[in-house]
Amino acid sequence: MKSEKLCAVQFFALFLLFLCGVIAGANPVRAELKVDVTRGVVEPMPIAISPFHVAPGGDTEIAAGIPQIVTANLERSGLFAPMNPASFIQDPASIDQSGPRFAEWRAINTQALVTGTVTRTADGKTRVEFRLWDVFSQQQMIGMAYMTTPQNWRRIAHIISDEIYKRITGESGYFDSRIVFISEEGPPAARIKRLAIMDQDGANARFLTDGRNLVLTPRFSPNEQQITYLSYHNNRPRVYLYNIDTGRQEVLGDFPGMTFAPRFSPDGNRVIMSMAQNGNSDVYAMDLRSRQVRQLTNSVGIDTAPCYSPDGRQIAFESDRGGTQQIYVMNADGSNPQRITFGEGRYGNPVWSPRGDLIAFTKMLKGQFYIGVIRPDGSGERLITKAYHVEGPSWSPNGRVLVYFKERPTGAGGAQRSAKLYTIDLTGYNERELKTPKDGSDPAWSPLNP
Amino acid sequence: MPVQLKSFRLLALMAVAALSLSLSACSSTPDDMGDVSAQSTMGAEDMGGPLYGTEVGADSTMGVAPGTQADLVANVGDRVFYGYDRYDLTNEARNTLDLQAQWLMKYPNVNVTIEGHCDERGTREYNLALGERRAAAVKSYLVARGIDPNRLTTISYGKERPAVPGADEASWAQNRRGVTKVD
Repeated sequence: MKSEKLCAVQFFALFLLFLCGVIAGANPVRAELKVDVTRGVVEPMPIAISPFHVAPGGDTEIAAGIPQIVTANLERSGLFAPMNPASFIQDPASIDQSGPRFAEWRAINTQALVTGTVTRTADGKTRVEFRLWDVFSQQQMIGMAYMTTPQNWRRIAHIISDEIYKRITGESGYFDSRIVFISEEGPPAARIKRLAIMDQDGANARFLTDGRNLVLTPRFSPNEQQITYLSYHNNRPRVYLYNIDTGRQEVLGDFPGMTFAPRFSPDGNRVIMSMAQNGNSDVYAMDLRSRQVRQLTNSVGIDTAPCYSPDGRQIAFESDRGGTQQIYVMNADGSNPQRITFGEGRYGNPVWSPRGDLIAFTKMLKGQFYIGVIRPDGSGERLITKAYHVEGPSWSPNGRVLVYFKERPTGAGGAQRSAKLYTIDLTGYNERELKTPKDGSDPAWSPLNP
Repeated sequence: MPVQLKSFRLLALMAVAALSLSLSACSSTPDDMGDVSAQSTMGAEDMGGPLYGTEVGADSTMGVAPGTQADLVANVGDRVFYGYDRYDLTNEARNTLDLQAQWLMKYPNVNVTIEGHCDERGTREYNLALGERRAAAVKSYLVARGIDPNRLTTISYGKERPAVPGADEASWAQNRRGVTKVD
């Protein structure tokens, strides 16, 4: 596919030119400006994101577009309150020429200011320079420039967003990332499902499969080059690999029964999944190079939805070996399985946070569905959202935000279904719909783009 | 709802029994049977589902080709139902499967696929596993009744292919099912 090739080219075409503070010799100081992300409810920090200055030959669309995307990203995080550009007094050209007039920015009560300039280099590349300023200490906090092919400007906006987020919250960002999901349409009994991929803000959405085969539960490889998922190709439900660059699909292994619920190991060398035979589902790991398979559980119950810890040493999974669907944690070799959920109801979909400290899950209790988090030792269970049907959490690359899907009956007699993607802050605040071209389910967040 | 369904099935069986009596009364050779079924194949394809038998009863000129999916649906029953998060077979399910086993004995060249389905009130992966269990429960029952396991394939659809779209217990009860389909 053309757009896929373009994507790879874009990745290579992206160059980091300067690091913090290199531009204009300004010394970034460790300013007071800081958002505390550990508290539940934060007062979003006022930030002014100026339109970027267009230097001669620079692209006006990019100069306008980057601040808009940065604004949308930061606003969506719930941690920032971008100011209305109509209130800005100083124009981009004068900022470029002589720097910010801080008194004018203080006058509109912003604490931080983002400025930038877009130019075109002799070889036709786009150069984007941006700076983050602390309006009260009148100091530059970041100054960076990026050179890229003009088509790749959205990605620059996400990288800039991540830089700002990181500098002000002290945590790494998550904006330069993608989400793979299942695009859905049609009536419940004949739902058409397709693999789809988009940027984390919903832009650049495209389908990867044509909908002829039922597909479910896509997950990224750590390097983002592959997706593992379940396909009903030839009415044989099996785990597949999809290569994003080439579009090639490949069945994984030759199993006598259905394979499902796949996920990559953190090093990308293995895929862990379930295989069902004679009605019994167990967890297996396949080495992708040798293609050797190792059985990790051997219970008479359902063992499925396995997920490695970020250090690769443990595996969380769900099992009904104790009578009902609950979450267990075992060593990566399958030894020492320990049940970690003991609350009322059923627990499934364990997903380990990239930080390692929490496991997100889906819980079912008294006709309601919940998304929650729990520590790997089973302590500190916290439910963060509840609905008729919410399911399938996936972590943002920094472990701060969860994406999941929400289903509800619609239409006459509840005969249709709506399925939408949502994001929510780990604290349970700031739930937002993530718009997809059609209905969406089974989202999986990528790591930060390489 | 399941009660209602049961009475529908009873009605269907009675209708079918009446039809086969009338057919055997007027057709003495297998060839004649073939003719009857050839005429009605299209109708049989178009309909399906548990209510088909009553339709046949209403119009005695119609029939179904022996050994086909329509035959299974009309004369035997193609599906069994399960409780919430259950995969054990109810007495009603066993009765249906006894009939399916007899039917499969009668048509030894017919192979079938057993689909396991779930309602939507569970998580995706778990339901895939549960659907597999339900399909396997049907298969092992049929094997115990003497059917060659090589004639029986299983597939789980989890909660992906509900039979009815409603979002209430009556609908979910119909979606928690094992369906036998002629290959």
